[in-house]
Amino acid sequence: MTTTAALPPALAEIVDDFQALEEPDRLLLLLEFSRGLPALPERLSDHPELLEQVVECQTPLFLTVETEKGDDGDVIRLFFKAPQEAPTTRGFAGVLHEGLDGLPAATILAVPDDMPDLLGLTRAITPLRMRGMSAMLGRIKRKVAAAG
Amino acid sequence: MPIAAETNEKFAAYAHPDRLVSTQWLADALEAGAERDGSLVLVESDEDVLLYETGHIPGAVKIDWHTDLNDEVTRDYVDAATFARLAGSKGISRDSTVVIYGDKSNWWAAYALWVFTLFGHEDVRLLDGGRDKWIAEGRELTTAAPTVNAASYPVVERSDTPIRAFKDDVLAHLGQPLIDVRSPEEYTGQRTHMPAYPQEGAMRGGHIPTAASIPWGRAAAADGTYRSREELENLYLGEAGLKPGDDVIAYCRIGERSSHTWFALKYLLGFDSVRNYDGSWTEWGNAVRVPIAKGPERGGLPTAG
Repeated sequence: MTTTAALPPALAEIVDDFQALEEPDRLLLLLEFSRGLPALPERLSDHPELLEQVVECQTPLFLTVETEKGDDGDVIRLFFKAPQEAPTTRGFAGVLHEGLDGLPAATILAVPDDMPDLLGLTRAITPLRMRGMSAMLGRIKRKVAAAG
Repeated sequence: MPIAAETNEKFAAYAHPDRLVSTQWLADALEAGAERDGSLVLVESDEDVLLYETGHIPGAVKIDWHTDLNDEVTRDYVDAATFARLAGSKGISRDSTVVIYGDKSNWWAAYALWVFTLFGHEDVRLLDGGRDKWIAEGRELTTAAPTVNAASYPVVERSDTPIRAFKDDVLAHLGQPLIDVRSPEEYTGQRTHMPAYPQEGAMRGGHIPTAASIPWGRAAAADGTYRSREELENLYLGEAGLKPGDDVIAYCRIGERSSHTWFALKYLLGFDSVRNYDGSWTEWGNAVRVPIAKGPERGGLPTAG
């Protein structure tokens, strides 16, 4: 079982926040993340073909990654698009955005695949719905690997 | 006391018009305070477990198809005691009028209604058009938690037989009408899950031999309401070839989409004997030595031996 020690600091903090809460409040925190998911920049929202659909999610979710020059080398930027009527999917995207956006590729690739399980949401939102989040992380890692 | 059913021209043509209410009927009932004394309980049931929290019809309580109605361990619905606790905690009494609505043309709402019916709850209705129609009409939503006066709900054992089919029931039923409500790609066997939905693990793609393909969404109009009686008759009596009085089983992948069709056949067209096979393709597609048909044709009955 993964522990938060294996995660990048921002993601570890999010996981700690979830774990500190009781189940119903974890759902509300996920809802907060769904509201916090940034909108796409215009250059992407005008070009939906640049985004890739994660078909494992229950609701249409599109994502893409870009490499950007940072102060200490290249970092990965993450972009997501999910409809407002899909707050659970948006919430997962919000968690991954806040936890991983702007990190070096190697750091993102080192995130354990079972990281979503650490949020303690599996019972509250069911294993079926959790699968979408694992798929989202998997897709990000595949795209990051391909971008490198 | 049950609340009087809605009467309008569209509903009057249905076999059981008392099973549907319109958005206007609901708005009037809420305005009149039908919820305050517990005679009406409004329930939202969505695919997305957080959608209710983003805003719901004032006074509505939430019931989640997965976390509230399914038993985690037995691959079955909750038992009588659990259902009684759930209903009571939502302010539902045995004689409450329960109106259920949800996203996606009431797909999950119909599923919740079907489970309420397994427990024999007498007065349970769907909001025609569901959540989307309410929102499209610019009606009020709120994130405020409803005031729920917990009620006492009796422990009533589920009665599965009249409206629920198990795999053996379907095997015994072969030769009588089956409606497959999945997408055409799932029916032919091209894929084993819904377009754009997660793979849910069926070993084989195809359909139950002789089943007619009528995707569930064809029973709904663009605004999410059920199609008129005449349109439904064209679909199920015409295209699918059902005859009045037929014994029918509907199925999909896990029994949710087929609940929407079950409702249309049972209450709008008035078939007395309609069962939902909730094991559906995730069971049938994986079961050893049960026959399937591939491709767009319905396929014939397997020969014995």
